[in-house]
Amino acid sequence: MTMSAQLAVEGDAGMKGRVAGRGAGRASTLRWVVIIGLLAFLIAPIIPLILWSFSFRWTFPNLLPTEYSMRAWEAVASPTNDVLLATWNSTVIAVVVTALSILIGVPAGRALGLYKFPGKRLVELVIVAPIIVPTLAVALGMHTLFIRYGLSNSLIGVIVVHLIPALPYMILVMAGVFANYDAAFESQARSLGANAFKTQRFVTIPAIMPGLVVGSLFTFLISWSEYVLTLLVGGGQVITLPLLLFNFARSGDNAIAGALAVVFIVPGILVLVFTSKHLSSGQAAMGGTGAL
Amino acid sequence: MTNVTLSKLTKEFEGKADPSVDHIDLEIESGKLTALLGPSGCGKTTTMRMIAGLLRPTSGDIKFDGKSIVSIAPERRGAVMVFQNYLLFPYMTIRENVSFGLKMRGVSKTETRQRVGEMLDLVQLPGLEDRMPKQLSGGQQQRVALARALIVKPKVLLLDEPLSNLDAHLRDEMRELIRRLQGELKITTIFVTHDQEEAAVLSDKIALILRGSLQHFGTPEEYFERPGSVEIARFFGGVNFIPGTYDGSVIATSVGKFSAPRSSITSGEGVLTIRPEAVEISGEGGNSVQGRVVSHVYAGRYARFLIDVGNIRIEAVSDPKRVSQIADGEMVSLRFDPNEIWVLAQPTEGNGVDRGAPEGGNRSVASVPGDE
Repeated sequence: MTMSAQLAVEGDAGMKGRVAGRGAGRASTLRWVVIIGLLAFLIAPIIPLILWSFSFRWTFPNLLPTEYSMRAWEAVASPTNDVLLATWNSTVIAVVVTALSILIGVPAGRALGLYKFPGKRLVELVIVAPIIVPTLAVALGMHTLFIRYGLSNSLIGVIVVHLIPALPYMILVMAGVFANYDAAFESQARSLGANAFKTQRFVTIPAIMPGLVVGSLFTFLISWSEYVLTLLVGGGQVITLPLLLFNFARSGDNAIAGALAVVFIVPGILVLVFTSKHLSSGQAAMGGTGAL
Repeated sequence: MTNVTLSKLTKEFEGKADPSVDHIDLEIESGKLTALLGPSGCGKTTTMRMIAGLLRPTSGDIKFDGKSIVSIAPERRGAVMVFQNYLLFPYMTIRENVSFGLKMRGVSKTETRQRVGEMLDLVQLPGLEDRMPKQLSGGQQQRVALARALIVKPKVLLLDEPLSNLDAHLRDEMRELIRRLQGELKITTIFVTHDQEEAAVLSDKIALILRGSLQHFGTPEEYFERPGSVEIARFFGGVNFIPGTYDGSVIATSVGKFSAPRSSITSGEGVLTIRPEAVEISGEGGNSVQGRVVSHVYAGRYARFLIDVGNIRIEAVSDPKRVSQIADGEMVSLRFDPNEIWVLAQPTEGNGVDRGAPEGGNRSVASVPGDE
């Protein structure tokens, strides 16, 4: 859900750019269509969740809940529940997965985008493979391996397994960025007196920042919403928000499921809001978002 | 004030049979403007990048004031390179761009502010501190790039094709600016160009590099008046070549004998060279031959003729008023002034005279005055 929100917002930005060239009247009409579309498909489905989370009784013919209560939110906030722990786990896992993706994905993306080397096509294929191959198939194989190395049922194991679906996105985004990147800027900085570290700090990182933000957004949200891999490798020991959410949704407690879903969605929206200024193409002068 | 010495400087790239830069020895004087001239792929940019520290030489040495700098990181060499496409950091203002080198050196804010202002005045772009690079024209960006390099007071300034991205009139302006700044600041400046005219106009001395090797290092006059070989003469262009046999004062060719006191050889197989401007159409007296006009072009300030003399095609450039009566197909007499003839050794296999007969190489166009 949050993934598609992310994509749609980007699509909107692109649309505005394209529309700008045409007549102002048509542009504003289109703009409204886009905004209404966004609201209808992305925001509207969240409203019932919010209503559910505050409802006490909401039976069939009624358009709105007949009785309201804070029961669900109290349950969610109560320390006897696993919600706080799950939120903490989800956050730690997603942040660490994102950080590791940056550490691995940026150099890998640079190699793929900037340099030619033998076997490059094969490497690209291997990197994309986790996106194409069904996650469950990969996870089952990984699981036996993880048991052997004592990584199953642990936070570290979950973090490692989350890298499988997350890393390809980071690498692909960064490869796109570096394909449009001119490494001569780094030579120029060195020549002007910047050492290798300062060159990264003042030239490379600002140039790839838009891509870095987009890639991080992807990896954070992929990790945040991962269910199957967490369940399998975490073995029920590592509780994350998606696990709890599925539990409550299955048990039929719509109020708590609704409250949890809201908790689940909020970070995605926050991350998007805080990083949106980097998503505009204006920043991407030296290294565009490329293949995106 | 720094002199730069290259000794046996060599760069080989993996997977390439011949070295890109092959044992170049060069002594670049302090405070002078020196051109590294050659066609694309000759190794001139590779040489410059090695001086800048952006490429490591395979062998050989680079010295600044007698001290080897090969193992010193580029940021501590004091050699600043200005790239052909300016490479202004697009997300920084002009002030931030120009002050980049000072920031890296930890210069204080107030001093930086003052020096940026001075530098922009120097390159005649005052008051543009807060613009972004993309708001500037190509010529302005070039000047900002120059200011950004000069602000750190480099020992050696390296310019990669400084004029090649500019329009003709901006080119003249930039040329003047570089000459003026270089004259005022007396920074040892090395620039790379493929344009022999640009090299001649801008530099004190030219190092001609062909196929990775230094061919000659000398003043522009030397290249035009007394080139050392047919290959050098051909690179500088606009020269007529007639092979023959030289006896020390006269060269006997298939189209006649010419008295030629100036030569780079004492005797033997030689090549008569003469510039199109020195071929006198309808000239009488000694050292003249008959030829048939193949074609001619009127270009305002001059007229250019292609004339067949025997099996050799001669290019001649003349004052248009003097030759206005001459039509294609007509027979004319051509006089080669003995003092304008320069006899060179006949090149060995592979650089044959007939390979690029004068009319074939469009380089011959470049030397014609005012011909753009």
